[in-house]
Amino acid sequence: TNVKSVFLLQLKVLICRNYKGDVDMAEIDHFMPLLMQHEEEGLICPVISHGNVHFLWIKHSNLYLVAMTNKNSNASLVYSFLYKLVEVFTEYFKELEEESIQDNFVVVYELLDELMDFGFPQTTDSKILQEYITQEGAKLEVAKSKVPTTVTNAVSWRSEGIKYKKNEVFIDVIESINVLRGIEPGVNANGSVMSSDIVGSIKLKTMLSGMPELRLGLNDRVLFALTGRDKGKTVVMEDVKFHQCVRLSRFESDRTISFIPPDGESELMSYRINTHVKPLIWIESVIEKFSHSRVEIMVKAKGQFKKQSVANNVEVRVPVPSDADSPKFKTSTGHAKYVPEKNLVVWTIKSFPGGKEFLMRAHFGLPSVENDELEGKPPITVKFEIPYFTVSGIQVRYMKIIEKSGYQALPWVRYITQSGDYQLRTNV
Amino acid sequence: NSEIFELKAELNSDKKEKKKEAVKKVIASMTVGKDVSALFPDVVNCMQTDNLELKKLVYLYLMNYAKSQPDMAIMAVNTFVKDCEDPNPLIRALAVRTMGCIRVDKITEYLCEPLRKCLKDEDPYVRKTAAVCVAKLHDINAQLVEDQGFLDTLKDLISDSNPMVVANAVAALSEIAESHPNSNLLDLNPQTINKLLTALNECTEWGQIFILDCLANYTPRDDRESQSICERVTPRLSHANSAVVLSAVKVLMKFMEMLPKDLDYYGTLLKKLAPPLVTLLSAEPELQYVALRNINLIVQRRPEILKHEMKVFFVKYNDPIYVKLEKLDIMIRLASQANIAQVLAELKEYATEVDVDFVRKAVRAIGRCAIKVEQSAERCVSTLLDLIQTKVNYVVQEAIVVIKDIFRKYPNKYESVIATLCENLDSLDEPEARAAMIWIVGEYAERIDNADELLESFLEGFHDESTQVQLQLLTGIVKLFLKKPTETQELVQQVLSLATQDSDNPDLRDRGYIYWRLLSTDPVAAKEVVLAEKPLISEETDLIEPTLLEELICHIGTLASVYHKPPSAFVEGSRGVQHKRLPGTAGVSEAPPAVIPSQGDLLGDLLNLDLTPPTTTGPPPPTSGMQMGAMDLLGGGLDSLVMLCDPQMAAGFGAPPAVMPTSFNAPVSGGLDDLFDLGGGVGMPMGSYSPPKTVWLPAMKAKGLEISGTFARRSGVIQMEMTLTNKAMSVMTDFAIQFNRNSFGLAPAGPLQVLTPLSPNQSIEVSLPLNTVGPVMKMEPLNNLQLAFFIYLFFFGFGLYKFNCPNMASY
Repeated sequence: TNVKSVFLLQLKVLICRNYKGDVDMAEIDHFMPLLMQHEEEGLICPVISHGNVHFLWIKHSNLYLVAMTNKNSNASLVYSFLYKLVEVFTEYFKELEEESIQDNFVVVYELLDELMDFGFPQTTDSKILQEYITQEGAKLEVAKSKVPTTVTNAVSWRSEGIKYKKNEVFIDVIESINVLRGIEPGVNANGSVMSSDIVGSIKLKTMLSGMPELRLGLNDRVLFALTGRDKGKTVVMEDVKFHQCVRLSRFESDRTISFIPPDGESELMSYRINTHVKPLIWIESVIEKFSHSRVEIMVKAKGQFKKQSVANNVEVRVPVPSDADSPKFKTSTGHAKYVPEKNLVVWTIKSFPGGKEFLMRAHFGLPSVENDELEGKPPITVKFEIPYFTVSGIQVRYMKIIEKSGYQALPWVRYITQSGDYQLRTNV
Repeated sequence: NSEIFELKAELNSDKKEKKKEAVKKVIASMTVGKDVSALFPDVVNCMQTDNLELKKLVYLYLMNYAKSQPDMAIMAVNTFVKDCEDPNPLIRALAVRTMGCIRVDKITEYLCEPLRKCLKDEDPYVRKTAAVCVAKLHDINAQLVEDQGFLDTLKDLISDSNPMVVANAVAALSEIAESHPNSNLLDLNPQTINKLLTALNECTEWGQIFILDCLANYTPRDDRESQSICERVTPRLSHANSAVVLSAVKVLMKFMEMLPKDLDYYGTLLKKLAPPLVTLLSAEPELQYVALRNINLIVQRRPEILKHEMKVFFVKYNDPIYVKLEKLDIMIRLASQANIAQVLAELKEYATEVDVDFVRKAVRAIGRCAIKVEQSAERCVSTLLDLIQTKVNYVVQEAIVVIKDIFRKYPNKYESVIATLCENLDSLDEPEARAAMIWIVGEYAERIDNADELLESFLEGFHDESTQVQLQLLTGIVKLFLKKPTETQELVQQVLSLATQDSDNPDLRDRGYIYWRLLSTDPVAAKEVVLAEKPLISEETDLIEPTLLEELICHIGTLASVYHKPPSAFVEGSRGVQHKRLPGTAGVSEAPPAVIPSQGDLLGDLLNLDLTPPTTTGPPPPTSGMQMGAMDLLGGGLDSLVMLCDPQMAAGFGAPPAVMPTSFNAPVSGGLDDLFDLGGGVGMPMGSYSPPKTVWLPAMKAKGLEISGTFARRSGVIQMEMTLTNKAMSVMTDFAIQFNRNSFGLAPAGPLQVLTPLSPNQSIEVSLPLNTVGPVMKMEPLNNLQLAFFIYLFFFGFGLYKFNCPNMASY
């Protein structure tokens, strides 16, 4: 179950690596025409086949990354790997684009050689790769001539011998709120929340010497139940995903999150919480469309969170018909702007205190000859972030750091709540 | 070419830097597709260098051009062999990795010794690279790998102390095993499984996937072993990489089959599977797509896992279309009385979107909900009527198609909406919608005052219609005639003559003849047949056939699970490969079914079908109905068979008679008798021994009908003994069998007697007496017997399957 070859293309092939000799490389010429044909028919699909050959592709900005196979390959592995390629190339070249590929083709080849062998993904950790595959090869000849033992170690994500003067860990707990609000059928009113969840992420910036052993303590309800502790607020995590470094079987057996962290920045874990959350910013909207004459929009935004907290950089994006013209706005706070290329009114409020309510009115003209093109019903979307607060109430209770040299290290914690996929359907 | 000339000079420069720059330029030219193969000797000359970067570039060049310059490639061998002994492990690994990629026989020979050393190298980086190299070499020259004993070395690496080496060895072995399904390379036993499970905790995410995919091929000895593996695999569900999660799900879904349902652990495991599956929907869209295609399989196999998770499948405005369509499909599968109100509200919302394919599917989904959840039918119908009022053309057409199905599920309940449907008759331009509308008009002709006018309006352009519309129109008008004979005689004459005389389409013509004969000989019988009560359509349509579903569950995460097709359907050279099956719950592993090599697809079989010549030749085209009446309905063997092959026709007839040509006029042959006697000759008591039944026709090949059988001689009569098992979800009726010409003139002595319908999951033993007076045709091999088997399934319609009975050889 593996990949035969990987291509990077942008209308033409920029670079390719054939991992197995049994697929005709010229097959890739069928990819672009087929893709365009599917696009025209409105039936794009991440898998395209041509005869016995299957193309699995992803798109990154205007670049296509295509894997080609003629076997029953593990499709999820292929897509994971293609996204990993994007990640590695981006870390190497800042931007993954036509130019950076062409300017660095030697390194790209080296990387493709190291990342996958005969269709089997190998070392894909860019930090470790950077220890022996570098862009300025000549200068680092000595360093490059050795395989870091890390590559084949059980701890394949952290090298030995890391040193910091001051040992610190920065922990960011970031919660994103996804909300999907429906509409009341028939009336131009605002419905109730149909689905909502919280996707949390705990990110680390580790600046620790040596090979430290870390243990993270959260107010996890299952853990509290296991240990018989029952004070304080706890959180039920529906599903948890961990970075490679976390010992999964340990977590499975006693909910301990123990690990040797990668150096620098990484996402330690993510979690999903299914509880019904009150939308932190509640939107009520009335959009009235008078055919051939005008559209009137009234949007009320209410901060449904604690008075002491403040939501920053709030953006309420309201869809308008594509043929609308001559916008007029009135806002009780913030600033409204028409973005014609996206058919949106964007209402921005820099600072939105909890408990407050604001209003925005917009007025658009409509042409007398109606646009007969059918338009979708895009939802109102909201963006915001609220610092020093997690909506789920999750807390880092402790971060224990033990290293054999015995140094003291300080963990720093920061909480933030932000909008995720925050969609409110409209009737117009 | 001056550019090549310049490069040549630079490549041969004395200055290291200049050389390196020149090789870079060569590679750059190669990358943009220029042919730089002419520089082969000059580039190879740069191979001996201490500069790793330069070496890598030269290797890259070699991989690209060695195949086109095999003779010159040999020049590189020395350096390769030397590099495989370099003190720097990075160079050793690079050399062995590159050598394996050069698919030139001569080079391959020289690879063996270095590879042997590298497989035992002290550095795990070299060993893990060498492990993969064995698979590469096997791909070029399998015999060589076996002769050199590399497979055993590779197997030993499964016990290596380094997890990455174990993972690559597993990957290489799995790859080799895949191309050699019978090699028994991966003879997984509890010890190796234990080693794999240990390595699972320590290797990279990709290594974990190789190991999990390999584990999925193992069949535990009993439920206890199954549970202990599951326990060690479940922590992988918390891995951040979606592919690790899906491979773990595959192992769990498979091994779960062996756990008793009343076991506490079984329930625990079910609960553990839902959250990670839901989380996959937050991955990148392509991974979401793979996840959704797999969830679609999982909810069919184990609906209980996700039954409470409807909301996560609600479609978001910015989902890509392929994600939207898949979510919709899963929503319908999860729809139940408990959540139907929400689902319907969503579907109605989707039906007013702008993406045509999505909207169509949403409308269809509403119809499927009506059929699936009886309590919601009324609401669904009224939602569909609302949608029809929008007058959006494709919405109206989809709605009419599904309303037809709703009528078939709930007869005499919603016919009041027919008037509304009829108003939209003119706007229908898609064949499926037109056919559906005509079916409705014909079926309910007695309640539609102007049914004759409506149907007549279609007749004008009869020949421009598609076949399905023509067939429906023919049937519809015959129904109308049987219900309102007085006013519609002219109309029925018209359509019968259009169908039988002016059409080239054999299906249409034959259906026309049948109606004509029926109407002219026995109108009462015609009424009974054409207006017979139809079986209700079942709740779930478009479920994947269970045997295929089992196979696909074994392929979770792979392309097969994305296509919903077995690998044999799209991978070249995998036709003889065994289909994967889920283990049984009994705790013993079931032997995989004997796979009968298929002789081509069903269509091919139909066309190839070697029909016995009918006793009379086909009737000449009649000129009047009176003449028709004199014809023997069964006279034209071919015609009647074609009739049977038509599902819609069969539906119209209720249960069609199974036609069995029984008179064969071929010379008697003693060939088979001789063979049978042979059994007696070696001391078998006559009639008491028959070899065990083997599977002749796997259920996957025949819409769920499995046939296994054997031959026996009882009281001097050759018997074909068969077990028919219905593994489909609907009732099977009307079985008939036909023997194709064979070496012994073997033919049935009487018709196949299967009197009762075969319910789902039911098996039936059938014994068919045979004689040897059928037509003879020498078969290759001699004892090959080819049978054609007919069944009628509600839902799938008529099936005709051809297969071989290989075990005649045992006589």
